[in-house]
Amino acid sequence: MSVFDDPFDPATPLTGTCSCGDHASQGEHDAAFHAAEEDALAGRVVEQAVMRAVFPDDRTRRVFLRTVGAGTALAAISQFFPLGLAKEAFAADGKPEKTGLKVGFIPITCATPIIMAHPMGFYTKHGLDVEVVKTAGWAVVRDKALNKEYDAAHMLSPMPLAITVGAGANPIPYTMPAVENINGQAITLAMKHKDRRDPQSWKGFKFAVPFDYSMHNYLLRYYVAEHGIDPDKDIQIRVVPPPEMVANLRADNIDGFLAPDPVNQRAVYDGVGFIHILSKDIWENHPCCAFAASKEFVTTMPNTYRALLKAIIDATAYARKPENRKEIAAAIAPPNYLNQPVTVVEQVLTGTFADGLGNVRRVPNRIDFDPFPWHSFAVWIMTQMKRWGQIKGDIDYAKVAREVYLATDTARLMQEVGLTPPAGTSKSFVVMGKPFDPAKPRDYVNSFAIKRA
Amino acid sequence: MLSAKPWGPALLSLLILAVFLGAWHAATLPEKGAQVVDDEYAKLVGKSAATGQKSAMPGPADVAKKIWSHVNDPFYVRGTNDKGIGIQLAYSIGRVLVGFALAALVAIPLGFLIGMSPTVYRALDPFIQVLKPVSPLAWMPLALFTIKDSGLSAIFVIFICSVWPMLVNTAFGVMSVRKEWLNVARTLEVRPLRKAFRVVLPAAAPTIMTGMRISVGIAWLVIVAAEMLVGGTGIGYFVWNEWNNLSISNILSAILAIGLVGMLLDALLARLARAVTFPE
Repeated sequence: MSVFDDPFDPATPLTGTCSCGDHASQGEHDAAFHAAEEDALAGRVVEQAVMRAVFPDDRTRRVFLRTVGAGTALAAISQFFPLGLAKEAFAADGKPEKTGLKVGFIPITCATPIIMAHPMGFYTKHGLDVEVVKTAGWAVVRDKALNKEYDAAHMLSPMPLAITVGAGANPIPYTMPAVENINGQAITLAMKHKDRRDPQSWKGFKFAVPFDYSMHNYLLRYYVAEHGIDPDKDIQIRVVPPPEMVANLRADNIDGFLAPDPVNQRAVYDGVGFIHILSKDIWENHPCCAFAASKEFVTTMPNTYRALLKAIIDATAYARKPENRKEIAAAIAPPNYLNQPVTVVEQVLTGTFADGLGNVRRVPNRIDFDPFPWHSFAVWIMTQMKRWGQIKGDIDYAKVAREVYLATDTARLMQEVGLTPPAGTSKSFVVMGKPFDPAKPRDYVNSFAIKRA
Repeated sequence: MLSAKPWGPALLSLLILAVFLGAWHAATLPEKGAQVVDDEYAKLVGKSAATGQKSAMPGPADVAKKIWSHVNDPFYVRGTNDKGIGIQLAYSIGRVLVGFALAALVAIPLGFLIGMSPTVYRALDPFIQVLKPVSPLAWMPLALFTIKDSGLSAIFVIFICSVWPMLVNTAFGVMSVRKEWLNVARTLEVRPLRKAFRVVLPAAAPTIMTGMRISVGIAWLVIVAAEMLVGGTGIGYFVWNEWNNLSISNILSAILAIGLVGMLLDALLARLARAVTFPE
């Protein structure tokens, strides 16, 4: 389904529970995109949002529409919900309620859109005066965000989910309007393990990941478990902030890590480790870090939120283009941002890099940027939280995914800055050869041999 | 005898420094390794990695150069996250002084009370004994959670670590005021308040000052760790930021600066302590 399809058409599936995600053809989508005016598109998004709110269950909506007809439905809904007003409010780019904002980030390349938007002027372009504040670790980012010292922050994509369901924090409604980067992580091993490339020989290894609630933790666990290694019994996984990882690898405290860049490349640059596998080879186009804000910020300052999200999406669109990557590397490498040698950042962003074993590899999509927060990403992350015992009890996967990953907002703003949003909010994907069906999260969790749930 | 001459110790200090720098220089001489990778690869990695080694520790000359650059430009501001070492030190000193002052405001009156009244002493002793040995950094997560402000949390951590030595020393100083002096005061029928300020306080002042001196030393030790944890500003953040960049020269510069400031703080308190000491 396209984001701009008519929600009053009973044939349109709205919640995107169909397993294929690419369900609507690209042609159909493009036609809709070109034919309609921008205002009309924005209007559609509002109509969709309202219909979704009224009929959380897609089937009920379709049955209702078939029974009463689209016109009657529209009239009926307008009775108790001022659709016209809502559309206006959503389309109007009102003045931001507050222009001086603080956004926290961790100095890693995942945060590229958030960081580069500062030196390259994307925040000022959208009328904001944003201070980007470097922060020491994920727990501190979480606490500062919850304490409202930061208006919005760079987080790991599982963190808003964890905060919302109350894993590792008090449950507080948190939202994730945009993913920052996809791919861009790697497993790095110490030089002395040059000849132990088979994960089955890793028993007794000590690994570092940046945070418990991180894609890094889930990907590393997934990767070793697929090779028959139990991540809780056969190896040790400890949390180490990214900046301290290379120092620990060098001191022989750990055997390797699954870490964000530039940490991996920095280990190679200093001759301390080599890149064993890029995370894109575990799960092609997996999400990693995210731009997150509290639900309170989103609802009390809608204009500011919209301007901020637009700036981030705009920066993401710019970062997507390979020809801009060198310029971005030079902009974010100085001490005020990542504080790394330019060549290290450049190797990460351009994908032409030294692997630590004497080879120069060329992987242009080593890291990529795509803001769209697929609901199925959230569902996968929650299946892993469940799998490793971080979530006890039962949760409504689809509901939490919908509430935290604000796909609709992202889609609309992607459109405004000239990106093509995907059709639908859910897609299936393949992790290490195993397909994932977002409609059946429980079966997926049960299908693993090694699990804690 | 060497120590009999006034320049003896200074000479010995210089000699120790020279030996240390010489050994450091010799240990960090760049190893002449042949490049083991092709040129394209060598361009992408550090010099040491190109010769198949780990990056090396910087020598004294590199560090001296770095220190010189910091001394030349200590107060630059190149954005929120990149400020000169002078500004960072000022932030840290500010936090330490605020936390320390608050601790003094609480600890000295409370210590006085504990010292004067055996009942209060026995009632509070278990709490003091349990809380005193807790590492101040262990309070950080709790502080962030309850105070909800990272700047205030750092100050709170300084407060909690400097409160104990002052409290214990004040109580001890007050308790060990000579009985004869108190008896004289009683004979002269001095009122309690007057006795506290004119007899007990002057008598206990040297011990109280010793407590304050220990406290400020601990506070300065703790601020670096606290700032590494919460980040943002301060010399601790500077060290963390340069650790992030694996820049050992910058970290060594910061270590030297931290040491010098710590020494100055200690010297300041020592001078104050001398001012309140009286000959018996």
